[in-house]
Amino acid sequence: MLKQIEGSHGVSEAVALCRPEVICAYPITPQTHIVEDLGALVKSGKLANCEYINVESEFAALSVGIGSSAAGARTYTATASQGMLFMAEAVYNASGLGLPIVMTVGNRSIGAPINIWNDQTDSMSVRDAGWIQLFVEDNQQAVDIHIQAFKIAETLSIPVMVCMDGFILTHAIEGIDVPEQKQVDKFLPPFVPRQVLDPEDPISIGAMVGPEAFTEVRYIAHQKQKEALKLIPQINEEFKKIFGRDSGGLISTSNTEGADTVIVTLGSVIGTIEEALDEQDEKIGSLTIRSFRPFPLEEIRSALQNAKRVVVFEKCFAVGIGGIVANNVRMAMSGTNIPVYEVIGGLGGRPIIRKSLHKLFKDAVNDKLEVVTFLDLKKDVVDRELEREKQLIQSGSVAENVLRDGGVVNAAKTT
Amino acid sequence: MFQVRIHGRGGQGVVSAAEILSVAAFIEGKHSQAVPSFGSERMGAPVVAFCRIDDKPIKLREPILEPDALIVQDPTLFGAIDVFAGLSKNGYLLINSKRSVEELGIADAIHLPEDNARLVPATEIALKYIKRPLPNAVLLGALAAVTGVIKIDSVTEAIASKFPGKIGDVNIQAAESAYKLLSHNNQEELTC
Amino acid sequence: MSHQQVKFYQTGTLTVGNRLLDKEERTVQATIDRSNSLDSGHRACQGCGEALGARYAIDTAMRETNNKLIAANATGCLEVFTTPYPETSWTIPWIHSLFGNAAAIGTGIAAAMKVKGKEDVRVIAQGGDGGTTDIGFGCLSGMFERNDDVLYICYDNQGYMNTGVQRSSATPGGARTATTMPVGPEPGADFDKGKNVPLIAMAHEIPYVATASIDRLHDLEAKVKKAMSVRGARYIQIFVPCPLGWGSVPAQTVNLARMAVESGIWPLFEGEHGEITSVTKIRKKVPVEEYLKPQRRFAHVVKNPETLSTVQEIADRNIRKFGLLEEQE
Repeated sequence: MLKQIEGSHGVSEAVALCRPEVICAYPITPQTHIVEDLGALVKSGKLANCEYINVESEFAALSVGIGSSAAGARTYTATASQGMLFMAEAVYNASGLGLPIVMTVGNRSIGAPINIWNDQTDSMSVRDAGWIQLFVEDNQQAVDIHIQAFKIAETLSIPVMVCMDGFILTHAIEGIDVPEQKQVDKFLPPFVPRQVLDPEDPISIGAMVGPEAFTEVRYIAHQKQKEALKLIPQINEEFKKIFGRDSGGLISTSNTEGADTVIVTLGSVIGTIEEALDEQDEKIGSLTIRSFRPFPLEEIRSALQNAKRVVVFEKCFAVGIGGIVANNVRMAMSGTNIPVYEVIGGLGGRPIIRKSLHKLFKDAVNDKLEVVTFLDLKKDVVDRELEREKQLIQSGSVAENVLRDGGVVNAAKTT
Repeated sequence: MFQVRIHGRGGQGVVSAAEILSVAAFIEGKHSQAVPSFGSERMGAPVVAFCRIDDKPIKLREPILEPDALIVQDPTLFGAIDVFAGLSKNGYLLINSKRSVEELGIADAIHLPEDNARLVPATEIALKYIKRPLPNAVLLGALAAVTGVIKIDSVTEAIASKFPGKIGDVNIQAAESAYKLLSHNNQEELTC
Repeated sequence: MSHQQVKFYQTGTLTVGNRLLDKEERTVQATIDRSNSLDSGHRACQGCGEALGARYAIDTAMRETNNKLIAANATGCLEVFTTPYPETSWTIPWIHSLFGNAAAIGTGIAAAMKVKGKEDVRVIAQGGDGGTTDIGFGCLSGMFERNDDVLYICYDNQGYMNTGVQRSSATPGGARTATTMPVGPEPGADFDKGKNVPLIAMAHEIPYVATASIDRLHDLEAKVKKAMSVRGARYIQIFVPCPLGWGSVPAQTVNLARMAVESGIWPLFEGEHGEITSVTKIRKKVPVEEYLKPQRRFAHVVKNPETLSTVQEIADRNIRKFGLLEEQE
């Protein structure tokens, strides 16, 4: 049914439709509305046969999830930002144990400095942990991909995180077609665990594995993710048949045929990018990565191999080296001579606006882009702080200095 | 695409206003997107919310930099932030105030066609019907009257869906009152 | 007429006690059809108190639940010596996740059983003192506070033994560990530190809290039985000597546990919803020196009259606080 609702609310409805059995969550901006909604659904009885547990930390949230999933219950949780790091040990544990937990990540930056707004650092911080990472472009996809996520997770016995931009999607109210229970039940059968704690058939889960076998266990995890490269589009096809929408798969492309320049990105920013591309005349295509892990090397290479240049736009970066997504894309392009430019933008919720994108497109088309660009960087503020640090040993906190410089803080300088 | 930017302070229902407006457009079969611009939850802090309305799906997600209509729920914001930034020259401006633009000291900042800038005694209307100084529904009624981007019936239906029961009823009355007030005249409300 | 030499073994009152009891009153360990949840073949050290404590506790729980039990284990000695890849000595469904989350894993399993209508399947979460009193403390308190239907058992050998005998918040004052060496003006662990988790569990007012010791099997089994007869969050901390970590003789493990109780160092009590409901009186008070002397970790404490008397004061305080001697009612 078509509804005008908040993204978070859409997600909670989608998760509820998947008949989760255990939901354990700890609140953190910007995911709070999702867990609040689910809590109300369980408490009111509308979401039946579900235990909702208010845990004391994110570490507990995912740990409770590991216990319930290992005991055979379909399990869901959600987090963002600092919470992701607080549960990081459990993140690796869940994938290492092969438990099909589904988790929403309301993408938000990670401090210090503390910042509650959107970027994709949190998901990226655990990109190598062995979870499947799916990124959604809008709230319709958010709803659809959560439903697909449970099926993908349970088929492969790998946990899946569905990544949606915090505030921009979680708190946006837009038209979403929320599926019917009948459709979801047709698509998603009851959870049949690959391994389960059961007194009728005792097993030990989580034993130590020594040097003689560890490599093989890890390699199998890697192979499973590669299997996912085939499964994810398959499940998307199944989804399309029942729900009539193409929300998933590994990537999505627009106008890449014959385009010399292709912009590659993930998440909601593609909406603004496509609007900006429509407003200009150059032949620029776009590619949205929907599955970041597993990373679709072949599909991306295939889509980009005829371009003259690739511009990767990402809301994250690896301090000390540069773009994360860009370097993954470079791997896909290795062997070709096609340059891959890194554009890092939207950090800590900085708005990505068409004006800046237009300049970016122009520079790209004219081969005037630096290898790494920080979009809308206030270079003068940066230069002033670096100069300050050169002059004074006790130059103060970088964050406070930059804020004061930007006029955000009016406190008098002490130096 | 019609872009509305709503300014106010935390606790004045700015975010609800954007949501209700988006639902009103949805009721008319249009596409709409409402987004709050956040800080941490705190009463009294400046809040901005955006609402886009269009006949085709909306992909754009940047903040509304060039609003077609600006709603100012709290006139004390004029000194604090650049409320008018980007207001297009044929845009609409609705301010919650009993005073005139000259008295508010913003006459020089407004360069709009004559009937596009309207002052609405929204707090007073709200106190009358809702018994609380919540001007958001009132201003949406005014928006329907002045811009015609949505119909008043859509606004009231949207209010009812978000606030069922008595709260919805009084907000609807307040919105309809503002709609009537701003539909009938061009100049009168500037002096009340 | 041929003669066969008959040997009489003096085994002590504790073993003879079982044979003189009616069958129903005997310990689970005395029965041939005990579940042996922790089966032979594990790699524990000779004289490991934890291996005893775990087998005693889990076998009792299995009998009480009709063999419908699932266990979550924290990282530590118990987890390591029971599951040397590719073997496991557990004959029950068992999961090891992380060091600090055993209580949360238990919560999750209990929730799954509830939602699947399998509430006859019970859950135990267990770990050593490190995984319980320190790194696992947050999850433990969360489980208590929510009154999740989990019995948490802490096997307390007073240090991080598996990683090389480092100090935990359960390490008693004066004890030598790798991070509280007997050097300098204040050798061994500091006296003014440490955490009493059974009392903290009492403060959470959960349905059942108990301390136990591997020196008295009937008492330990009765406490596990009592715990399994109620629902909600329950906690038992079992005193388990570690010959390697304590520098004691493996054959003396049970005796050391007995002296810990009889000196007042390790008070045995039960509590429900924050009130103490029973206390085990000391049969014959033992001076702490007798308890400390067989342990190399206390060698410097015994040598120093001041620290020795500090330890005696701690024991006496426990005796006073819990009313452990008959004349104090």
